[in-house]
Amino acid sequence: MSQKRAVVSVIGKDQVGIIAKVTTILADNHINVLDISQTILQDFFTMMMLVDVSELEDLEELQTAFDKVSNELGLKINIQLEEIFQSMHRV
Amino acid sequence: MNLAFAEIQETIRMVQMESLDIRTVTMGINLRDCADSDFEKMNTRVFEKITSYAAKLKETAEQVEKEYGIPIINKRISITPIAEILGNATVEQAVELAKTLDRAAKELGVDFIGGYSALVHKGITKGDQTLLDALPEALSTTERVCASISVATTRTGINMDAVRQMGEIIKKASELTKDRNGIACAKLVVFCNPVEDNPFMAGAFHGSGEGEAVINVGVSGPGVVLNALKRHPDADLGQVADVIKKTAFKITRAGELLGRIVAERLEVPFGIMDLSLAPTNAMNDSVAEILEEIGLERVGTHGTIAALALMNDAVKKGGAMASSYVGGLSGAFIPVSEDNGMIRGIMDDALTLSKLEAMTCVCSVGLDMIALTGEVSAATLSAMIADEAAIGMINKKTTAVRVIPVPGKKEGEMVEFGGLLGRAPVMGVNPFSSDRFVSRGGRIPAPLQSLIN
Repeated sequence: MSQKRAVVSVIGKDQVGIIAKVTTILADNHINVLDISQTILQDFFTMMMLVDVSELEDLEELQTAFDKVSNELGLKINIQLEEIFQSMHRV
Repeated sequence: MNLAFAEIQETIRMVQMESLDIRTVTMGINLRDCADSDFEKMNTRVFEKITSYAAKLKETAEQVEKEYGIPIINKRISITPIAEILGNATVEQAVELAKTLDRAAKELGVDFIGGYSALVHKGITKGDQTLLDALPEALSTTERVCASISVATTRTGINMDAVRQMGEIIKKASELTKDRNGIACAKLVVFCNPVEDNPFMAGAFHGSGEGEAVINVGVSGPGVVLNALKRHPDADLGQVADVIKKTAFKITRAGELLGRIVAERLEVPFGIMDLSLAPTNAMNDSVAEILEEIGLERVGTHGTIAALALMNDAVKKGGAMASSYVGGLSGAFIPVSEDNGMIRGIMDDALTLSKLEAMTCVCSVGLDMIALTGEVSAATLSAMIADEAAIGMINKKTTAVRVIPVPGKKEGEMVEFGGLLGRAPVMGVNPFSSDRFVSRGGRIPAPLQSLIN
């Protein structure tokens, strides 16, 4: 079976413990992080993670877990399947 | 990561800040096999067929929406033009059928079902006439049923008998819903050169060249285009076209991917992608504001047609490169009540009815969601339809009229239609009569296709 990959994006005000909280959720769900990149743009924290979701039936559970952290820290956290980015930006 | 950070950021920005969305996933369903001389049988079959074919439409679309993180705003259904299966049904039965469609839409949780339609651009059959007679009541007693009537095509000319009737029907539908600002008319489109695979309401129907069922997708994104242009304030018009084209390309690719996945999961063939810039009343989701960003102080001023032509064509070019099957209306919609920029143009007296008419020569549809004074006569409405049909017929393009005479309201007043339909300033019409022209009836012959100056 080919790998199913998704992009986790985190955008919001920089603060302590963002990466820790997000990766904890991923670890709890047995999801492997394939790549990670992060910058601070005008005080805004942006992080993108490429994760392997081949084992996952649907992303809803994960999104619900992220939503909890989103509300707690005032961040926007989304998980989207990778193909959407591929198809929009690559011919 | 083989995807660049900037690319991911761009997509996220488009969705979260610039209201990129899939405007509609529309399932087309053929109802021809539901026809029966026994009305009750037909009525039951129509309901059952629609509710079984589209049973999973909403659920599936919502699932895909979650997985890919791009909102799919509307899930809709288009059906075989109902006039084609009416046969010997009576007007009352035709109204009953509209209620059945309404019920099916409610049960499925779709906000609009399109195809309470008749194609009468050449002549009117018995079934067509029944549908026309049923229209005012059908539209005023249902909430989700959308109707469209084709009164002209480039190959057949304009059926002025049908055009005359449409003026009366619009007037009557508006009267029947006078307590709701004539809202029934917001669900009725009069077409010239309609397309069979349009996923957008109110003009969607499942044409006779279509298969048993199909998924057509409509993508929008005026906000994305507007923001892209804002990043190039000094570009020349060639570059402006290029920016629009590139943006349209990306939006269409997103729509195509999601449309194909929805179609695949529903085990229905994927039909077409319709990339149309369709505004909403959300902040910065306006087509008029794009024109203003190109350099017009207010939409409607001199230069509006040129800017709109540039935009419409660039959208088509971007869309055509991004999808193998571009169809529907692809271009730009300019509904008044659903576009804050258009509303402002009218309120500032920059945009007039005649300028709107001229804009329809280069946009993708026509006079759309325009509130008219309640005093407008049926003949004036018919003449307005005839003008639009003539523009479409000669220019070989789709044009449409969806106007709402608002009973009891005068020019300059504001009316609220609520929800997606928005609000609009009431516009006046030319006070001189077109009665004698409209009452002549007959058919305006199809135009010559050469000697085209």
